[in-house]
Amino acid sequence: MNIPEDARAASPPVARRWVNLLLGSGVLASLASFLYPALRYIIPPSVPESTSRSVVAAKINELKRNAAKIFQFGSKPAILIRTADDQYKALSAVCTHLSCTVQYREDLHQVWCACHNGLYDLEGRNISGPPPRPLEVFDVHVQGEDVIAARKT
Amino acid sequence: MASPLIRITQWLDDRFGAASFQEFLRHKTIPLHRHTVWYYFGGMTLFLFVIQVLTGILLLLYYRPTPNDAFESVQYVMTQVRFGWLIRSVHSWSANLMIFTASVHMFSVYFLKAYRKPRELTWVTGMLLLFIVLGFGFTGYLLPWNTLAFFATKVGTQMGGSVPVVGKWLLAFLRGGDEVTGATLTRFFGFHVAVLPGLATTMLAAHLLLVQRLGMSVPPSVEKRITEGRETAKLMPFFPNFLLRDMIGWYAALGVLGALAAIFPWELGTKADPFASAPAGIRPEWYFLFMFQTLKLLPSKVLFLDGEFAGILGFSLAGLVWVAVPFIDRQVGFSRITRVFTGLGIFALGYIIMMSALVFK
Repeated sequence: MNIPEDARAASPPVARRWVNLLLGSGVLASLASFLYPALRYIIPPSVPESTSRSVVAAKINELKRNAAKIFQFGSKPAILIRTADDQYKALSAVCTHLSCTVQYREDLHQVWCACHNGLYDLEGRNISGPPPRPLEVFDVHVQGEDVIAARKT
Repeated sequence: MASPLIRITQWLDDRFGAASFQEFLRHKTIPLHRHTVWYYFGGMTLFLFVIQVLTGILLLLYYRPTPNDAFESVQYVMTQVRFGWLIRSVHSWSANLMIFTASVHMFSVYFLKAYRKPRELTWVTGMLLLFIVLGFGFTGYLLPWNTLAFFATKVGTQMGGSVPVVGKWLLAFLRGGDEVTGATLTRFFGFHVAVLPGLATTMLAAHLLLVQRLGMSVPPSVEKRITEGRETAKLMPFFPNFLLRDMIGWYAALGVLGALAAIFPWELGTKADPFASAPAGIRPEWYFLFMFQTLKLLPSKVLFLDGEFAGILGFSLAGLVWVAVPFIDRQVGFSRITRVFTGLGIFALGYIIMMSALVFK
């Protein structure tokens, strides 16, 4: 082969260009076929959300007035408050700011988030601090011995 | 204005001397002769090791190393996680193929006398790597916490316990207690994902550094033909000629791994129950079979020693001699092939194959 070096570099033969194209796309396709399973593997299978619309939050004698407890609603925490004037309030306990779990402040009669000093009133409205949205409010009713919280329809 | 790629290369070159690396690549060569094919097995083993690291990291995303969760978490990977069966099966198959290619690499180096001066330490680091790889196999086998693995580990660790004086201590060290329990699983998990990877990385770096520094060994038989003028010394550039050939092999290995994983997904078996009887047909992984069979055939007393301990002592001594071969076989050199050591190698290989085959009789 006596082709001068510079002539070869200037215009690769058509056949070589085809070989490069086929090799290159073959390698790329292979890489994609290795990466795809790995990426799908990394994302965990979704766990089905709890479909129950109501849950027993407490027994009727469990809470004193002006007190609260955290209960589990599906996979998330919720808060049941017995107010000073003997009313039950049930709210989502997940702060709308950055998902900390809120608590009832007996001194303020308000719902407080310890993480960034967010405040909600007893209707779940965000009244002070960083929370951008109100807490989800659940319906509460007493059925026999049970205090039941239910998702609003 | 130069293209971005050239400018980045230039930037790196200004700081780290990338050009010297390119220079090094240009000058690295591989001897070309009728035994060159054996040079590929080291690179293949390294490639499979990389596969092990990558799939191992992926398995860590779901695996839970406790006796209550381990089996269920592997089951979850195999049945629920998308492509989980593929990742775990590739990890298991690749582990076995890696032990196979490492063994081929070791025996080819042995028979081609590549361990002779100046490559004694390359041989020693390679043998230590092989022991580390067997350690990976032994510890990884327990992690799915299934019946087979549970009893294999019980037997395997009990062997350590039969060593006089330090046996009791060794057993406790391996098991994290008197019995194979959750403590053993925690320990084996730690060995498998932290201790052994650390050791392997260090030893691998030393091994590769030595290979780079000393280059590939030309077998004495070829060297002899060259000095006698019956063959001319030929070389192949490492980059890109040898590396591209390497990569074709790796690509094929990936295909084989994918096919094996798809056609023969690795079994999980049943969850280990420490208070159930050992099922019939219990045996270790194939690479431990020759030791397993030897111990089965040994009588309970050999001379004044316990049969068990005699076997372990024999294998330990044989292993030590094998590691020390470059320092014992000092005659081997330019034109003198010590037939004794070739014979010893054939005997060892024959013994391993025969004993392993006897298990299936």
